[in-house]
Amino acid sequence: MTSMTSTSSSPWHFFGYFLDHRSQDLSWLWTHAWLSVVPVIIGLLIALPLGWLSRRYGWLYPPMVSITGLLYTIPSIALFVLVPPLLGLSSLNPVQVPIALTVYSVALLVRVVADGLASVPDEVNQAATAIGYGGVRRLFAVELPIAVPVIAAGLRVATVSNVSMVAIAGTIGMSNLGQLFQLGKDLSTPTAYYPPIVLGIVLCVLLALVLDGLIILLTRVLTPWRRAVPSR
Amino acid sequence: MIRFESATKQYPDGTLAVDALDLVAPSGQITVLVGPSGCGKTTSLRMINRMIDATSGRILLDDQDVASVDPARLRRGIGYVIQHAGLFPHRTIIDNIASVPLMLGRSKKEARAGAMELLERVGLDPRFAQRYPAQLSGGQQQRVGVARALAADPPVMLMDEPFSAVDPVVREQLQDEFLRLQSDLGKTIVFVTHDIDEAIKLGDQVAVLRVGGRLAQMATPAELLSNPVDDFVANFVGRDRGYRALGFESVTALPLESEPTVSLDSSFTAAEKAAVDGWVLVLDGERRPQGWLAVADGPSATGDTISTATLRRGGTVAERDGTYRAVLDAALSSPTGRGVIVGPDGTFAGTINASRVVALIEARAEAPR
Ligand SMILES: Nc1ncnc2c1ncn2[C@@H]1O[C@H](COP(=O)(O)OP(=O)(O)OP(=O)(O)O)[C@@H](O)[C@H]1O
Ligand SMILES: [Mg+2]
Repeated sequence: MTSMTSTSSSPWHFFGYFLDHRSQDLSWLWTHAWLSVVPVIIGLLIALPLGWLSRRYGWLYPPMVSITGLLYTIPSIALFVLVPPLLGLSSLNPVQVPIALTVYSVALLVRVVADGLASVPDEVNQAATAIGYGGVRRLFAVELPIAVPVIAAGLRVATVSNVSMVAIAGTIGMSNLGQLFQLGKDLSTPTAYYPPIVLGIVLCVLLALVLDGLIILLTRVLTPWRRAVPSR
Repeated sequence: MIRFESATKQYPDGTLAVDALDLVAPSGQITVLVGPSGCGKTTSLRMINRMIDATSGRILLDDQDVASVDPARLRRGIGYVIQHAGLFPHRTIIDNIASVPLMLGRSKKEARAGAMELLERVGLDPRFAQRYPAQLSGGQQQRVGVARALAADPPVMLMDEPFSAVDPVVREQLQDEFLRLQSDLGKTIVFVTHDIDEAIKLGDQVAVLRVGGRLAQMATPAELLSNPVDDFVANFVGRDRGYRALGFESVTALPLESEPTVSLDSSFTAAEKAAVDGWVLVLDGERRPQGWLAVADGPSATGDTISTATLRRGGTVAERDGTYRAVLDAALSSPTGRGVIVGPDGTFAGTINASRVVALIEARAEAPR
């Protein structure tokens, strides 16, 4: 029986592979996490006013949703490559990926924010206006808190899909878990070598689960009222 | 005082929702706007707090044109209650009630203390304070809506069908409590409803609007019932208005008949002996009427005792100094034709039959008023 070493090419040796390259893998994981999260946060900050506008002025909603929706159909790899020339950045600039991912997050979240605000019952909005909440005040004190569940659901989708899109950026040379796939591919000639690829998948899935869990947790903290059981 | 001066609202699509409305809602009174669906009640109400701006004419609040006041500031001084309460689902009951005081910059502690007081004032258990609106029944939510509107102690309250989404029993309860509250507070209230009975019960004066937002008649409830200005108002006020008008006059010196009674724990044999025309009235230990026992129904299945299960409980009970309507109804609804009348403490006082009541009503009509 051969001893188990990290040089084994069995897919199940990803853990051994991880132990052997721990500091490199962890640093990739860390960057990957940041690259997944920061664009969602910036995207939300941009989507909030846009979503509010398209809710406030009903005629804006269809074009806003179509245009932002169309952005989503641009393949991510194309957007990564196009961002530097479009913005006059050098190729492999560290902000190129976050910018592209922010575009995707905005595309997804504008609709989410608008729908979230639409989920606020009409009579609640009317009551808020009637007792003297002005526009912006009403947005922050009444509408957004009530829209949290819908917006949070959108954030979960945006975050998880970012995790996978960041990996694609890795394959064009950005430093993150995507590098593991590139590495696995390079190491697979002449014979297949799977551990880095499997490790990449495992770490991406774990990262997505953890981020998803964090959003769920945050949502629960922000919406104690949703756990109140209706009395009838 | 709220004064509409040929206030008009035409929506951008051309709908003339309110047409040159002239109307005065006096201070400290309840003015009810009533009329068929779509006649412009909500629009009129919302022109007062500028949720809708009049397209022409003016609305004066204590002689100040509302158009000259910043809308948000105006609204914080006007309580507003809407049909489904519109409570903030993400805030506890106490924080819902404290909304306006907090907006006005009062401290959290002060606002909550005031809110607790109001919670009890509108008849809710203090332990509801930390609940969320979804944990309350519709009627309870509506009370919280009233408390929230009252929280900053505004002199003016606008109420848009506040009690129409609850069942009739709860509605009646809410109406009674609302009247009690108003007799303490003396707010200037404009109350919108499409229910003429509610309008007549609650209003110090009632404005009947017709479709197109035109005022058909403005009068006290009694005047409206006895003297509708035209067919529209007469039809709207309803067919049995003569009968309902009796609800506004209290009886005096009711000539009561004595009536043999038995108590709940007596035997059927005793009841049979006491019965007049085959009926006997059954009282509880505190002499409050429980129902009529029909001798023909026989003793209860379990033996020679009177069981509440066999009593006829359909009749209404009127107070000795109640309205003609209540007394007449007691007589008409009694299975024996003998209306059950009680004293102020609910104890049995005597009976009266319908022809006697009608005679009283006729005597009153003949006397010059
Ligand atoms: N935003 C609007 N745009 C156009 N027309 C409107 C608008 N709001 C109301 N209307 C119309 O104005 C008229 C009066 O409406 P309003 O809501 O004041 O009626 P209402 O008396 O309160 O009716 P209801 O008893 O059904 O509540 C109706 O014909 C209605 O269709
Ligand atoms: Mg209405």
